[in-house]
Amino acid sequence: MAKTYRKPEALADQPTHYCPGCTHGVIHRLLAEVIDELGIRGRTVGIAPVGCAVLAYNYFTFDFQEAAHGRAPAMATGIKRVRPDLMVFTYQGDGDLASIGMAEIIHAANRGEKFTTIFVNNTVYGMTGGQMAPTTLPGQRTTTSPGGRNVQDVGMPVKIAELLSALQTPAYITRQTVLKPKYIVRAKKAIKKAFQYQMDGRCFSLVEFVSTCPTNWGKTPVEAIQWAEENMLPYYPLGEFKLPD
Amino acid sequence: MGKILMKGNEAIGEAAIRAGCLNYFAYPITPQSEVAEYLSRRMPEVGGVFLQGESEVAVGYMLFGAAGCGERVFTTSSSPGISLMSEAISYISAAELPVVFVNIVRGGPGLGGILPSQADYFQATKGGGHGDYHLLVMAPASVQEAVEMVMAAFPLAEKYRNPVMILGDGLIGQMMEPVEFSDRLISKPTNKDDWATNGMDTRKRNARNLVKSLFLDAVQLEEHNLALKAKYDRMKQEEVRYETYNIDSDFQALIVSYGTMSRVCKTAIDNMKAEGFETAMIRPQTLFPFPVQPIRQAASKDGCEAVISFELSMGQMVEDVERSVQGKRPVYWHGKAGGEIPTPEEVVDAVKSFVKTK
Amino acid sequence: MQREVMFAGFGGQGILLIGNILAHTAMEEGSEVAWVPSYGPEMRGGTAYCLVVISDKPIGSPIIKNPMHLVAMNRPSLEKFAPVIKPQGVVVINSSLIPVTSGRSDIHELLVPANDIAMDLGSTKVANIVALGAFVARSKIVDFECMRQCVKEQFASREKLIPINMAALDAGQKAAQSK
Repeated sequence: MAKTYRKPEALADQPTHYCPGCTHGVIHRLLAEVIDELGIRGRTVGIAPVGCAVLAYNYFTFDFQEAAHGRAPAMATGIKRVRPDLMVFTYQGDGDLASIGMAEIIHAANRGEKFTTIFVNNTVYGMTGGQMAPTTLPGQRTTTSPGGRNVQDVGMPVKIAELLSALQTPAYITRQTVLKPKYIVRAKKAIKKAFQYQMDGRCFSLVEFVSTCPTNWGKTPVEAIQWAEENMLPYYPLGEFKLPD
Repeated sequence: MGKILMKGNEAIGEAAIRAGCLNYFAYPITPQSEVAEYLSRRMPEVGGVFLQGESEVAVGYMLFGAAGCGERVFTTSSSPGISLMSEAISYISAAELPVVFVNIVRGGPGLGGILPSQADYFQATKGGGHGDYHLLVMAPASVQEAVEMVMAAFPLAEKYRNPVMILGDGLIGQMMEPVEFSDRLISKPTNKDDWATNGMDTRKRNARNLVKSLFLDAVQLEEHNLALKAKYDRMKQEEVRYETYNIDSDFQALIVSYGTMSRVCKTAIDNMKAEGFETAMIRPQTLFPFPVQPIRQAASKDGCEAVISFELSMGQMVEDVERSVQGKRPVYWHGKAGGEIPTPEEVVDAVKSFVKTK
Repeated sequence: MQREVMFAGFGGQGILLIGNILAHTAMEEGSEVAWVPSYGPEMRGGTAYCLVVISDKPIGSPIIKNPMHLVAMNRPSLEKFAPVIKPQGVVVINSSLIPVTSGRSDIHELLVPANDIAMDLGSTKVANIVALGAFVARSKIVDFECMRQCVKEQFASREKLIPINMAALDAGQKAAQSK
């Protein structure tokens, strides 16, 4: 009988610690598929963040470094500068990248460091228990914004893809999602494009993912997907924001 | 090759290249910016990597990333910059990566000043960042010694898979002295295939490598800390380096001093000797591991009435001197911390004030 | 035997350079040397000074309270350092810019109109070299010919500057001998 589902070689054969309905698993799989398809597993180094994906290194079968909060882009810079032949990606959440690691991501992007960032935006600090992030939507309740995000007090959520697109250094910046199968095909193409640009030594690339956190949002997986589509997509529109020259 | 006259900061940059380290990440800060200026010219000449990071915080992790994939890498900074790097230094120590740091110390705390200081002794030798860890710390007293220590630092960092810090001071960085780059100190990077994330294709063994500092399991974290401790204990056995001065005399006082301060003490010891007053010195060349036994032994010698730690700080190394002497002799501290360096005359006066029999 | 020379003046007068040349010359002669600069905010237009220590044995403290000699290129430098120079030291005073003397009778004072001499040679930029020539001619702290070689090496990458700097050295030597 023909196998219709096969685990990518780049993906480790073990269950993840992610909550039911979390999008990390799907994004991991897309990444692994792309790495397999490009045949680069033997020269890829991933960098895991601080956050829910801190243990991401357990779910892949290639070299990995594990970063301090927000510093993954600096580590990727270090690797890529001394070993330009390696394929390097950072995998970061919104607390990690958009808050504590804002300086590192902006400067790495602006220097045009030739690595790829997978940015998973689910509007909260997941691992530490659902605190407010720079990406939390206006009025959204979190454990540190119990009355809902007050934009008078803490400003509007940061749109990372748009922010980085304002930089002039050539780059590939896109926002995708894996909320529904129809989005997943496009998302995988975006990841592949980003890695292809890196392979060609062309530019820094970032793929942002509009993602869910059913656990910290207090929703079922299905409700979470619906909430993200209705609330996040209008504020965080999908699309390609920047292409290399 | 013959001697050339070089500024400490430039000599340090050149020494790293001679040692085979072709990767440098840094952020400018007085009084060591000449290293970055020098290497921004030199690294492209030798096909190396020079990158000025956006902050010392980022630079710390650029070092992590580069060392993590098995390449020789180093940085230079000065006190406030080292504070910013201390987060990364903790992670680098935890992940057991060989990185060489040079701290051209300036006065603190806070912004402090830009003149020579030894006020980062605690930070360098006791950890500096969070968690149980130590750097192997070497303290040069001349430009030539700074060169030798930088060149020796890379194989040492690789031997222990541990960061090494060269603790200089503003004077060592800014002063020009004749230097010679010894061929004997040129070393080959060790093979890092067992642990570095240098890409599976480059290794014989078909298993992936992981460079990390996270150990969520209590037993595993304990094991990790015990392994680190064993490493530091081994350094204490194998890497203690020090120099003695006038130690065979019938000295009445023992001076412990390192770096620039030790040079002033040498002149003071010569001046006192000329007057017929004998003092000796132990100059730690490694601050971690500290020459505990040699100091204890010298302090115990008959006729030695006092042990004095001379420092460009408000009394930091003196705690290690006390720990070494273990109450066998009175231990004193004398120092300055504003950036001025005590004169030999001041050292002589201080020594005499601590010694009862004249 | 250890000798120390303080070079002092305005930032931009080439103070650190002439200290460097002297240290280099002494090193070529086989001496131990240390060149210690002032550094920091002062280097941007304020006073600049450097101390050169030359010795026949390894140099202990490179921080010297009472240097043996002084080359003062501006008035604040003379006023700051002349009082601490050791008796019998040589004090070169750039009399083009310094209208006073050291007021000491226990030192060898040498007035050299370094800027005027340099201007006659075509550029006030070599006033520092004039002063260096005068100082070395008087103090004989290093061999003059050896120093000429070191100045040539110093300007090896800018060869067209060598003749004027050679002329400046000679003019300084002449100024020292005529006094």
